[in-house]
Amino acid sequence: MSAFFANLLFTYQSLIYGLGINAILGLSMYVVLAIGQLSLGQAAFMGVGAYASSLLSVKLGLSFPVVLVAAAGVPAMLALLVSVPTLRLSGVYLAIATIGLGEVLRLFYVNWDYAGGALGLSGIPDRGGFFTIFGTLALLLAAAFAVGRSRIGRAMEAIREDEQAAGVMGIDVPRYKLAALVISAAIAGIAGAYNAHVTAFIAPGDYAFDNAVTILSYALLGGIGSPLGPVFGAFLLTALPELLRPLHDYRLVLNGLIIVSVVIFMPRGLFSWHMRRIGAAK
Amino acid sequence: MTDALLEINHLGVRFGAVQALSDVSFRVEAGTIHGLIGPNGAGKTTAFNVISGLARQTSGQIRLAGVTLDQLPSYRRTRLGLARTFQNIRIFREMSVLENVLTGAHVQTGGSALDILLRLPRFRAAEREGVARARDILQLVGLESRAESGAGDLAYGDMRRLEIARALASNPKLLMLDEPAAGMNPSETQALRDLLLVLKKRGVTLLLVEHDMQFVMQLCEEITVLNFGALIAQGSPQEVRRDPQVIEAYLGTKTAHKLEQKS
Repeated sequence: MSAFFANLLFTYQSLIYGLGINAILGLSMYVVLAIGQLSLGQAAFMGVGAYASSLLSVKLGLSFPVVLVAAAGVPAMLALLVSVPTLRLSGVYLAIATIGLGEVLRLFYVNWDYAGGALGLSGIPDRGGFFTIFGTLALLLAAAFAVGRSRIGRAMEAIREDEQAAGVMGIDVPRYKLAALVISAAIAGIAGAYNAHVTAFIAPGDYAFDNAVTILSYALLGGIGSPLGPVFGAFLLTALPELLRPLHDYRLVLNGLIIVSVVIFMPRGLFSWHMRRIGAAK
Repeated sequence: MTDALLEINHLGVRFGAVQALSDVSFRVEAGTIHGLIGPNGAGKTTAFNVISGLARQTSGQIRLAGVTLDQLPSYRRTRLGLARTFQNIRIFREMSVLENVLTGAHVQTGGSALDILLRLPRFRAAEREGVARARDILQLVGLESRAESGAGDLAYGDMRRLEIARALASNPKLLMLDEPAAGMNPSETQALRDLLLVLKKRGVTLLLVEHDMQFVMQLCEEITVLNFGALIAQGSPQEVRRDPQVIEAYLGTKTAHKLEQKS
């Protein structure tokens, strides 16, 4: 059994790691969407986590747990800085501002010789692996459910539905928005660190606009009725190109067709189940 | 000076060139039902928005139980004991009825982020307590049987009652209702009237904007009348009903003159 598992992991390693890492990214997207904010900065935060952790591993040889703290902390700090001017923005305006953030960072990496410049950074040590990635995913999912089924989850849903009414309920809306962006950045940063340490190589283009859209589509495809939606969406979008491999050249056509059909016919996502937002039954 | 719960002093609101409210002053005494009436566009909803912090005044002061509210964001005002409903119902449609009421109790609900993440007994006890309280409030407004329904699936009158329940959950000193009887049938209006009287008996002070004159005249002890953003009369229902300016504002000058000649 364990031999079979080891074999499977070896053959499909990058796909399996991809499933876990992308699911974590889906969760980071969920944290902002669940409060009604549209951020296209998740790829940028992932990149900051990837660069911060890779530099610490490659240049300083720090141990992985220490590296992970930086992978979460540095993007979280950046999110804090970014939210000072953008906190008042919502909807498409925040999306545009966060696209800008991604572009600024990409150009910064390209011109940063210490971090490999346009060539990227290679020789990142192999760390993490299956149990770290999926353990983190399980932990984050449990945390998302615990928070979702509490007064915090109810406040987030209230803000998503009607910001003004949420304020009238006594909810400090700006503080919630700030916390959601910071936490989602930390989660994306961790995903970035895992990705960098299993692929051994990162480059400035890895965290650009198209990646931000891919991460958003995990949540759109899966739905945001519960944290399971984006995880499910990430699994599907990551596995789909592989599952469709027998179709050869038509693979990406059908892949695109499936995504477009879901958006049109199932606007709430494939996994539209709504979690109950109460923490203890009476 | 008696102990007014809400004091509005020389309130003025200007949106660009429009003076929505000018120099409006009134006091809502604790434990009373106070009506705020006036024709369409008189500034009643603007007054509500400014009092609850959704819009800002350009001049004047608002005090709740002696505390100046002027620059406070709406969530701080709620924590000081203010609650409101909206003219166009604004419940959280994608949550259940019970969850809506629990959201209204946000300020009352305990439990730190750590309690929540670890699902400590303290957090679970607070949730159970919150649910029990929410069910009591739903019973009070007559929605206990719909607790698990989606809020968006409720009938119109039930949505209005849910909004009142949600506002009550924050344990307000002052509850502001923006046209609570709008769109209700006579028996629903009667039930609403009974509910408001129960709330009054429980010590909740009510400020209500309402177009149903019979409803207002029966319930309110004190009425403030606005027209074109200015205060034109205030007093008991009897006083207000006889006020020539009020009659003119509601019925127009010609009809008012005819009435005068008849009497």
